[in-house]
Amino acid sequence: MADATANRVTVGTLLTARRGNGKLHWTDIFTYLYLGFGILLMFGPVVWLVLSSFKTPAGLLEFPPTMLPLGQISVEVEGYDDPLPVFRATLEDGTQKDLAQIRRIGIVSQMVDPANPENTYKVPISDRTPVREFRIATENYVEPLQRFNFGRYLWNSVVVTVVATAITLLINSMAAYGLSIYEFRGRNAIMLFVIGTLMIPITVILVPVYLVVTSLDMVNSLWAVILPGAATPTGVFLLRQYMLTLPRDLIEAARMDKASEWQIYWRVVLPLAMPAIAVLAIFSIMWRWNDFLWPLIVLNRSEVYTLQLGLNAFQGELDVQWHFILAMTVVTLIPVVLIFAFLQRFITTGIANSGMK
Amino acid sequence: MTQIELKDVRKSYGAVDVIHGINLSVDSGEFVVFVGPSGCGKSTLLRIIAGLEDITSGAVEIDASVVNGIPASERGLAMVFQSYALYPHMSVYKNMAFGLENSKMPKAEIDQRVREAAEMLQITDYLDRRPKALSGGQRQRVAIGRAIVRDPRAFLFDEPLSNLDAELRVAMRKELAALHAKIGGTMIYVTHDQTEAMTLADKIVVLQGGVVEQVGKPLDLYNNPQNAFVAGFIGSPRMNLLKTTAEADGDGIALTAGNMRVALPAVSGISPGDTVTCGIRPEHIAISDDTGLDDITAKVFLSEQLGGETYLYCEADSIDNLTIHQPGQLPVNNGEVLKLRFDRAQMHLFDADGKVITNGVSS
Ligand SMILES: Nc1ncnc2c1ncn2[C@@H]1O[C@H](COP(=O)(O)OP(=O)(O)OP(=O)(O)O)[C@@H](O)[C@H]1O
Ligand SMILES: [Mg+2]
Repeated sequence: MADATANRVTVGTLLTARRGNGKLHWTDIFTYLYLGFGILLMFGPVVWLVLSSFKTPAGLLEFPPTMLPLGQISVEVEGYDDPLPVFRATLEDGTQKDLAQIRRIGIVSQMVDPANPENTYKVPISDRTPVREFRIATENYVEPLQRFNFGRYLWNSVVVTVVATAITLLINSMAAYGLSIYEFRGRNAIMLFVIGTLMIPITVILVPVYLVVTSLDMVNSLWAVILPGAATPTGVFLLRQYMLTLPRDLIEAARMDKASEWQIYWRVVLPLAMPAIAVLAIFSIMWRWNDFLWPLIVLNRSEVYTLQLGLNAFQGELDVQWHFILAMTVVTLIPVVLIFAFLQRFITTGIANSGMK
Repeated sequence: MTQIELKDVRKSYGAVDVIHGINLSVDSGEFVVFVGPSGCGKSTLLRIIAGLEDITSGAVEIDASVVNGIPASERGLAMVFQSYALYPHMSVYKNMAFGLENSKMPKAEIDQRVREAAEMLQITDYLDRRPKALSGGQRQRVAIGRAIVRDPRAFLFDEPLSNLDAELRVAMRKELAALHAKIGGTMIYVTHDQTEAMTLADKIVVLQGGVVEQVGKPLDLYNNPQNAFVAGFIGSPRMNLLKTTAEADGDGIALTAGNMRVALPAVSGISPGDTVTCGIRPEHIAISDDTGLDDITAKVFLSEQLGGETYLYCEADSIDNLTIHQPGQLPVNNGEVLKLRFDRAQMHLFDADGKVITNGVSS
């Protein structure tokens, strides 16, 4: 941290950094190519997703696809129910005209002049190009959020994620505290047992857990999603291993300072375990936010749907509403990205040792 | 004012006995120092008193009530750890206030006490800093401050100065002595630095292998060690301990080893043929030109001239190292052969088991 402020690194120097004395070495070129490829690979799909989420359904289906949300203009023509797409057609006499396409038959398309709908034309499809305009289809976002109750799903997802993560962090850190700060017989055996549960695949316990949830009358309530996965062996393991590295003197100093066990846990161990807690928080948030299978099983009324279930609803058997799916996928991405950006600064280790010699 | 009493305290970790039955009493307001070589159980004993470690048998009493089952938090003692153990996520102020907050003291009083202690230790300027941003000596003061604000029944220090450099250690040692003079209070202090022990203690407890070797005032231990271990441990540089055999010599006896022959009047407890360890401090060996009075002839293999004082390291047959300490400057070169005489009044004799026979022999 201190070094970063000492010799300021700007984005510019970072992006043109070279190996050694300013000359362009072949490894520089290789590294930049490799990194560029990496960025393309990781970031490309996300950018593509965001751009596509602003396209109209027609724009999405266009081939070859366009990068920017360019939508083909369509017009209402008297005598036709649906809006018709507009093309610039080159007529047989060589003149160009903006015509609306009624239908396409093989390589010929039937077109009509929007200005005077009586005139129809037959134009080979090679002689026409779609008329596009740059248009951001905000209705992709607005419509699901208003009409399909997506706001509700979003809220449900937020509730599930926040409450479940809070519970997970609390009970996992308490278990980790017990298994790391106290020394008792069988401590390692218990830890092995906890880790052992990792080896049981979720599909095996799906039915028993469902039965438990039903008999507790929790089906179709958010608690059914929150509670079953709250205690995670991974979380206990992660936090315990971190807490084991906290200096014992600190705990004993707190004991001498008349701190109760709860105070030692809450005021000494938890703040010091912050890096590990942040990691677990990120994991937990991502698990919960993206969880699909379990909510699908226990939530079957649409007012308790989470975002992932809501997204699934756009995917009918015959008709997939890609424009909505894309837009709502972007919505589901935003919170995770924000949380990651916020929590990642906690993931710096070594804080715990700075009070010692 | 607090009195602490240990009665036949034993401690074992599984099959390993660490403390072998220790009896000790610490009087009210006394500054007691535990010294001993590494691994002798000093820290363990201190932690037993603090309540951080259970005992296997025996009793720990504070002010005449047994505290064996009472947890550390309720014994009312304060401890300064070797590693300082400051809470890294709290400011200096918070570090000092933590213990007081836990005992539900009103905020105003906490503030007053913290500021008072900070004033006394001259750390007022750093109250808002995190421990990370302090130097070793400053952290040390904060650790002590954290103990002081609690106004504990007794202070326990576990090698509090061992992480400091030599200069700072001397300075802090003086401050600790001043602190004790100022606030009184029972203090138990663990160290393996015997200069600290000698300068700070009202009473020194010498430990070895989990047993108390000797308890007494610093100069008492220096002048009248009860066994060879204490004799060798207290004092710097170490006392020379020479293995000799007693021989009859007229009315008296003579202690011999190689070319060394120390003629003494009869000493009760030594008969010819006994193995006797002869202890003589480096400063009590004189260089004598007077043939006939010398006890040993030794060759100097290293002479250290410090200006104000001189150390000579000598060897003789059957004696690997004989250290001599003389004030002033001695014109002695490496390889020179010296005739030496031991000061009889400052000679310590120990039997084959290391028990003292006499401290000082009349000549
Ligand atoms: N948890 C433990 N299990 C087994 N043996 C232990 C344990 N803790 C300490 N010991 C042993 O007890 C003995 C005394 O340890 P202690 O820490 O009291 O030594 P010390 O006198 O403080 O040494 P130092 O000067 O190096 O700090 C040592 O021999 C050590 O190996
Ligand atoms: Mg120790």
